[in-house]
Amino acid sequence: MCDTCGCNITHGNENFIKPGGKLHKTESGKEAVSVLHNLLSENDHTAKHNREHFDQHQVLAINLMSSPGAGKTALLEATIQQLDKNLRIAVIEGDLETENDAERIRKHGVKAIQIATGSACHLDAHMIHQALHNLDLSEFDIVFIENVGNLVCPASFDLGQHQNVTLLSVPEGDDKPAKYPVMFRASDLVLISKSDLLPVLDDFKPQRARQYLQDIASSAPILELSSKNSEGMQAWFDWIKQQIKTRKDYLLQHPLVTHSHSHEHVHQQTHEHG
Amino acid sequence: MHELAICQSLINQLENIATERNAQSISLVVVGMGPLSGVEAQLLKNAYPIASAGTIAEKAELVIEQLPIKVKCNDCGCESDATPNKLICKQCGNWRTTLISGDELMLMSVELEKDDTDKNHPNINKSGINKPDKSKLEKTQASHSATELKPAANTGLH
Repeated sequence: MCDTCGCNITHGNENFIKPGGKLHKTESGKEAVSVLHNLLSENDHTAKHNREHFDQHQVLAINLMSSPGAGKTALLEATIQQLDKNLRIAVIEGDLETENDAERIRKHGVKAIQIATGSACHLDAHMIHQALHNLDLSEFDIVFIENVGNLVCPASFDLGQHQNVTLLSVPEGDDKPAKYPVMFRASDLVLISKSDLLPVLDDFKPQRARQYLQDIASSAPILELSSKNSEGMQAWFDWIKQQIKTRKDYLLQHPLVTHSHSHEHVHQQTHEHG
Repeated sequence: MHELAICQSLINQLENIATERNAQSISLVVVGMGPLSGVEAQLLKNAYPIASAGTIAEKAELVIEQLPIKVKCNDCGCESDATPNKLICKQCGNWRTTLISGDELMLMSVELEKDDTDKNHPNINKSGINKPDKSKLEKTQASHSATELKPAANTGLH
């Protein structure tokens, strides 16, 4: 939803918002100002800016989200090893502390930038913008953003990614979409990870996870895969390649209008600002 | 606790509005949110005094209104109420629905306090930031009654 075109007012909620509605009240003696701004508009503005940077270089940005320990870093390691070598990957890692995940990625010869969020439970668009200052996007085709392990907070913050991918690992249980509907509603693809454990953790039913996703009106595709034994990885790679193609086709049909704004800071890496 | 980050973003917006309109202070802030916004009303309420301390919105009352979850069926067109993890059409049971209310996270309105000079001459000092007039503030705030926060809908989060 955005602030500029009024699309955050639907006929479903307008009765509450518009003049005369429940939320439109004025008390005497004071000036009431109707605003109707998304609370996250500042973040969303920066996210849009990030997305423009990615698009200028035809880079696909994928935001990976999951609970802690669902296998995001392991998936990235397996992806780096097995995805076509002509697709150049960079990774932005978000964790509260440590460079551990970035170091795991760097061992594979891939550029990784670690964002230590301190006590923040999510990445936001400003953090990604800072990270992009240290990344020359012209050298890459895909940027994976590994969000902080958390099924709640990251869902609320647009980072400027093109696709949200959420991992649901088999040990977590198949009802996570019902427990965390906001996160799974925001997902463009759901990966059932650690599928090699399905034979031993047979109370996890992939079909039930599908049903819970349908209950939240999600049409996101679901793939089962294992970073450990590589089963199902090809479908994930095909999905990535399809997204790259879809984005390139989109940009051909919708050429970028270069944004013009001034930065008050100096970039280490250059990127155009129109 | 991403509510604190969201609250800080709210305070930035409030400061901008107060500056643009040359207000002395803000007395009331109304935020509308749906259960699918991913934000807990009570946590936002708890974060507000921390985020607003020392700002023009410090003494404002924060009212949070919960918006209902409503979906529209993509097939039969029926509009129905729904719950956070059951967004299906009540009429035909179809899961292909579109959310038409329930994921909002919006600053709806603010109530500003201005001194008399500004009321008569709204263009005066348009670009500047006026220091709050403390005597005025205390007088108006004293007469402002608190509004109870409605119980938050069960979002299934946290």
